Amino acid sequence: MGEPGTKELLSLEELEAAGSFRTGRKHILSILVENKPGVLTRITGLFARRGFNIDTLAVGPTDDETVSRITLTLDGAVQSIDQVTKQLHKLINVLKIRDLEPTDTMARELALFKISADGASRSEVMQVCEIFRAKIVDVSKRTLVAEVTGTQEKIDAFERMVRPFGLVEMARTGEIAIARGRAET
Amino acid sequence: MRAVDALMECLKAEGVEVVFGLPGGANLPTYDAFYDAGIRHILVRHEAGGGHAAEGYAKATGQVGVALGTSGPGATNLVTPICDAMMDSVPVVFLTGQVRTELLGTDGFQEADTIGITMPIVKHSVMIQHPLELPRAIHEAFHIARTGRPGPVVVDIPTDLSRADIPYEPITDVHLPGYQPTTDGNQKQIRLAAKALANARRPVMYAGGGTIGAAAELRELATSDRLPVTCTVMGLGSFPASHPQWLGMLGMHGTRTANYAMDEADLIVAVGARFDDRVTAKLSEFAPHAKFIHIDIDPAEISKNVPAHIPIVGYAANILPRLTAEYRALEPDPARLEEWWHRIDAWRTRYPLSYTESEDAEIKPQYMVQALYEATEGNAIVTSDVGQHQMWAAQHYHFDRPRQWINSGGLGTMGFGLPAAMGAKVGRPDETVVCITGDGSFQMNTQELATCAQNGIGVKVFVMNNGYLGMVRQWQELFWDRRYSQVHTGQYPDFVKLAEAYGATGMRLTDKHTLVEGMRQALAIEGPVVVDVRVAAEENVYPMIAPGQAARDMVG
Repeated sequence: MGEPGTKELLSLEELEAAGSFRTGRKHILSILVENKPGVLTRITGLFARRGFNIDTLAVGPTDDETVSRITLTLDGAVQSIDQVTKQLHKLINVLKIRDLEPTDTMARELALFKISADGASRSEVMQVCEIFRAKIVDVSKRTLVAEVTGTQEKIDAFERMVRPFGLVEMARTGEIAIARGRAET
Repeated sequence: MRAVDALMECLKAEGVEVVFGLPGGANLPTYDAFYDAGIRHILVRHEAGGGHAAEGYAKATGQVGVALGTSGPGATNLVTPICDAMMDSVPVVFLTGQVRTELLGTDGFQEADTIGITMPIVKHSVMIQHPLELPRAIHEAFHIARTGRPGPVVVDIPTDLSRADIPYEPITDVHLPGYQPTTDGNQKQIRLAAKALANARRPVMYAGGGTIGAAAELRELATSDRLPVTCTVMGLGSFPASHPQWLGMLGMHGTRTANYAMDEADLIVAVGARFDDRVTAKLSEFAPHAKFIHIDIDPAEISKNVPAHIPIVGYAANILPRLTAEYRALEPDPARLEEWWHRIDAWRTRYPLSYTESEDAEIKPQYMVQALYEATEGNAIVTSDVGQHQMWAAQHYHFDRPRQWINSGGLGTMGFGLPAAMGAKVGRPDETVVCITGDGSFQMNTQELATCAQNGIGVKVFVMNNGYLGMVRQWQELFWDRRYSQVHTGQYPDFVKLAEAYGATGMRLTDKHTLVEGMRQALAIEGPVVVDVRVAAEENVYPMIAPGQAARDMVG
């Protein structure tokens, strides 16, 4: 690997190898923040600066109106997630962070799929929806819109199933999560 | 009262005696309030000068510095000092003007998204949304800037809100639920650290900028036994350079003794230091035999670059005395360190800091620093800019007390030295304040000579003039086949005339035999002085850990 400041030539492969550290498991961070302007920017900016890609992001109110919950999922080696968590803690408006253990966590995402469904394929699409317990919330001559809730993986699977029929568009909320049992998230 | 008058009351309540700034359209109300607020305001010539002056003031006094600029370009000119203060953990509150609220987001005249621009480089920032928020925001800003790991806080004040009439009541409490720094250090961890230290046979104490406020405590621990001490460029002065347990600075241009000691240590006690790449050199080969005790106020520094075996989070000044007490209680055998000291002493004898003296009258840059040490009797507050002169100053001016050495370590900001000296002199008027700078760095904020002259701020600037951007030239010489690309600055401008044009005194020194005497004369002159010291043009800073190398492979 070429050293900074020296004239050693860097190959593109070396550069890529140095950057590919996102090898760990998926992480769900649940972050409680003060409900103030600019807080989300501070958080997303921090991730960008430390070279992390946020996979999904969901923001909403909590039972306390002065506090919002940000749930975000990302990929990353454990060590670096730890560093990002510590950096997040340094933000004055961040109140609490939980790196949720997948096994102790209920995670759900909501998605809307607009699927091609003309005469021939309509019943087949509806069958798939039934299997996935997706609700059909809108129907037109050539399409229908299905609402599906579940884990990221379930929604991914649903997407794979309906794509062959013709997926016009889709919208996903990103996962929200809460700890199982009595423990506070 | 007007919100800006409340602002003045808040500043006074925070103990602010002096601020540095430059007025403009958006902060006209604030400046109207300054007119008779009874707070000293120093009118700088460029906001960056004001920002660095506030840093210099903070570093010299330990108080929170304050810098002001107007909206738009005033604020963008403050970006470099804000980032500098972030990197070096300097407590500074920046008050920026903002366009009136109805113009926000419309690309109004002199509008810039100050909060957005500065977000990655502040400890915290806030734009005032309602005039009633202002007093609390100011007190919170000071609280955040000075506590925990210190840093810059930006308060952006839209001009219409600053003119609002608000009821003002003094605020005595600050409540920030998301900001509760751990300050005391875990007693169990401290006990563990004491045990590790008492068992260590080759310990080194590695002290950074976080020990500047804990110098006495650091010394107490080090001298409770014969623990060797090295400092980072930010920590210089927190342990006296004249002390027999002092190994010199460590890192890229540190002493061989300090770097070799780190390389062979079995236990490193890092206090208020962050294992910067200029300290560790090749990370995978850094201190390969050592376990690490890491004491720091910022938990995010623990195990960031080097995994800590015993982390202790809190103020060094709180932790060190308890560590000392626990350590003493274990009655460690001082004889266990004898072999280690033999080794260290051998390095010291074999590898003192050295350079080849000139045979004629030519001034070697290293000698220039030694001469200045002599002329000031080692007693001055020294600020520096960034580059070769900075490293030579760090090596050859032996700092004995904290807050005596003020430099831009993390960001490496050229143009820092003069305004920082100005701020230091304002904060410490009875001290001799000198700025060791280079001909490249000095020109990045020379306009503040006017501020010094107008206000009788007697800083003494010693320009190490080699006609090059010397550190870059050194790297081109050593690592880029001597292809000197865009580093030659020549003898422009004439610094003597420049000084005189600004109303300061200008001098030139070119002969090593009369250098100390010439410097003494310069130091005796009232008011600001610029001394153009012509030095050997192509001297290199040694020793050096070349890029990608480990400490044990130092050259020069």
